[in-house]
Amino acid sequence: MRALRFLAAIFVLLQATPSFAVQPDEILPDATLEQRARNLSRELRCMVCQNQSIDDSDAPLARDLRLLVRERLKAGDSDKQVLDFLTARYGDFVLLNPPLNRRTALLWGLPTALLVFGGFILLMAVRRRPAPSSMTDSLAQAAPLTPEEEARIADLLEKDPRTKI
Amino acid sequence: MVAEIGHYALVLALVLALVQATFPVIGARFNDRVLMGLAEPIALAQFAFVALSFAALTMLYVTSDFSVANVFENSHSAKPLIYKISGVWGNHEGSMLLWVLILSLFGALVAVFGRNLPPSLRANVLGVQSWIAAAFQLFILATSNPFARLAQAPFEGRDLNPVLQDIGLAIHPPLLYLGYVGFSISFSFAVAALIEGRIDAAWARWVRPWTLAAWMFLTLGIAMGSYWAYYELGWGGWWFWDPVENASLMPWIAGTALLHSAVVMEKRNALKVWTILLAILTFSLSLLGTFLVRSGVLTSVHTFATDPTRGIFILAILIFFIGGSLALYAWRAPMLKQGGLFAPISREGALVFNNLFLTTACATVFVGTLYPLALEALTGDKISVGPPFFNATFGPLFLPLMIAMPFGPLLAWKRGDLYAATQRLMLAFGVALVAMAVTFAIEWGGPVLAPFLIGVAFFAMMGSLIDLSERVQLFRLPFAVSLRRAVGLPRSAIGTAVAHFGLGVCLLGIACEANYGAERILSMKSGQSVSVRGYDLTFDNLAARPGPNYRELIAKFTVRSGGTVIGVLEPSKRTFQARSSSTTEAALLTRGFSQIYLSLGDVAADGSVAVRLYHKPMVLLIWLGAVVMVFGGALSLSDRRLRIGAPRAAKKQSLQPAE
Repeated sequence: MRALRFLAAIFVLLQATPSFAVQPDEILPDATLEQRARNLSRELRCMVCQNQSIDDSDAPLARDLRLLVRERLKAGDSDKQVLDFLTARYGDFVLLNPPLNRRTALLWGLPTALLVFGGFILLMAVRRRPAPSSMTDSLAQAAPLTPEEEARIADLLEKDPRTKI
Repeated sequence: MVAEIGHYALVLALVLALVQATFPVIGARFNDRVLMGLAEPIALAQFAFVALSFAALTMLYVTSDFSVANVFENSHSAKPLIYKISGVWGNHEGSMLLWVLILSLFGALVAVFGRNLPPSLRANVLGVQSWIAAAFQLFILATSNPFARLAQAPFEGRDLNPVLQDIGLAIHPPLLYLGYVGFSISFSFAVAALIEGRIDAAWARWVRPWTLAAWMFLTLGIAMGSYWAYYELGWGGWWFWDPVENASLMPWIAGTALLHSAVVMEKRNALKVWTILLAILTFSLSLLGTFLVRSGVLTSVHTFATDPTRGIFILAILIFFIGGSLALYAWRAPMLKQGGLFAPISREGALVFNNLFLTTACATVFVGTLYPLALEALTGDKISVGPPFFNATFGPLFLPLMIAMPFGPLLAWKRGDLYAATQRLMLAFGVALVAMAVTFAIEWGGPVLAPFLIGVAFFAMMGSLIDLSERVQLFRLPFAVSLRRAVGLPRSAIGTAVAHFGLGVCLLGIACEANYGAERILSMKSGQSVSVRGYDLTFDNLAARPGPNYRELIAKFTVRSGGTVIGVLEPSKRTFQARSSSTTEAALLTRGFSQIYLSLGDVAADGSVAVRLYHKPMVLLIWLGAVVMVFGGALSLSDRRLRIGAPRAAKKQSLQPAE
């Protein structure tokens, strides 16, 4: 009875379970080829999923693509040839690493451009300021300390236990 | 009845929000104390009514009232109580209600703890806060009513998405929202300051604790979400550069920049205009995150177009608040006076450097997340921007920041000595070099970048320790004196060092996990063994077990190290009948800071199971680092000077006689 229930449970689970990312039967016997396949899989998008690489996805399409990548590698393709093959079929959408071209120039260029632009603005701001030698607090510039105030500071410093070490 | 009470309470809250959004602001304009005084009691009442509304929805979930459409669609009578409660925010309508609840909670907190604020500033802050509250309450009532009834009540609910039936859902969204929405306070303060046209160091002192608190919650929320994804999704990844994740990362980066620039403003009265802008941007990014997640625009531009009501509504809110506040900024900011000059090499200079890199990093994530959407909407071309892009751009921006981080606290305000700071950091350089050399030696032939990253992590950690030891003059003064100085050290200084140390810890975890992890994917029959990094795992047996609202298939593995049993791993697969879907529950075995991670794949008819086995070295440091950062934030928040806000009057009196 228990065994029967157990089998029934397994049957239910088998039906409901989607297949699972990289499966043992997909793995190539050649370790270096398999490693290349894994690295490529991480750069390819599963097109029916929201934001997953085919390496992570358990969708049937992702499995087909993983097998396809391995087939191409076994046939002797270089990594670039595999990517080109898939791009020719599915367009740039399949690449998680967007290629640099006219459409993505802004995307790739922006971080550097912003950093340079920000740095330039800061440099200008520094140049416009008075030389560091004459630099004092703006408040102090407005009104230099009177002798009474100097005396008061000296008095306060003397009273404060923290300044006596 | 309960549903109607909840609905009605929300309507009342909206009315109160509208009153709070107008009269106190008018009062502040004409210096009318009665109108300004309205803000405080109304903020409290508004919170009470939103809380009542939220309690009503929770009650409906707990009692499984399936006559309410939202409960029917997302709950099940057999679900454990904790998931019934967390299920309240496991759906669109409920999560928006939680958003509004937290928003009004922060409003009420400002009303209670902001008694030392100038009355007009407080009235304006609470008024602006209430504009946001009113907009979102209207959004819920108009497009996402969680209290809508069904004409005929079904007997059983459709159950919550199984992936969400986890303790993670109980903790992650509330923490994340406390962070997201907490930045609304900084936003309200910034807009209120622009309305008043006056801003000073005291303003920064009032804003900083709120920003810090929101930042702490957001840090915890992101870390918690990351750990949840790590153990729940079954392939051991902890960050995917998914748009939803990026939506929470952007406010975090901007908020971190805001924290640092607010320090400059408080201490040196400089960077005012920039700090205001950052406060506006940080909350705008929180709003953007809400829009991205809630409008469905992420799945595809087309799903957004098929059911546009919600998306358009949030987009309108987004445009109103972001556009409005930026317009106000452009109009009023030039009137704010700049103060506090400083040399490029100084504490301020270091914080400006921090802001430059953080802002660029934030913009990079922003562009990477939205570029595909914009390109598809404008040209119809579909491209993907995935982890390879973010790793290639975000990493190089964050590393200089981590290297510069230890220098900052060692530089003096106004004018620092870079040479002296470098000299003090010599020990940290040394430790970093040793760490690099040791990693290279152990992992000969491994990734080249990894030892460098580990070196940077050690440099950051040692740097913050050196900062602390410099402050107490450790080893230079007698130990007792150093100890006394350590006790007298301002907690915010200790907090800084601790938080910076935490970031180093986090990087160490990331570097180790990403580069030195081991993975095995194979099919196992019972009795078979597999080994990973010196641990041997034996597959003992497979067993079925019923759960409250699912059936579970458990595989038992015994883990041995050098022949001795060190633990048992029981990964499982759960099948939920109500939605006929399943989840994988990974099993984890913690050894020090490293973990062995095991998750199940398909079960074949002959009883063999597909298994994914990982060794994740130092992986716990990633989240532990975040916890340390939050602890640093908490220390800083407990600093008396921050809690009290403005300097006290008594202090002034004691100075009087000297005049």
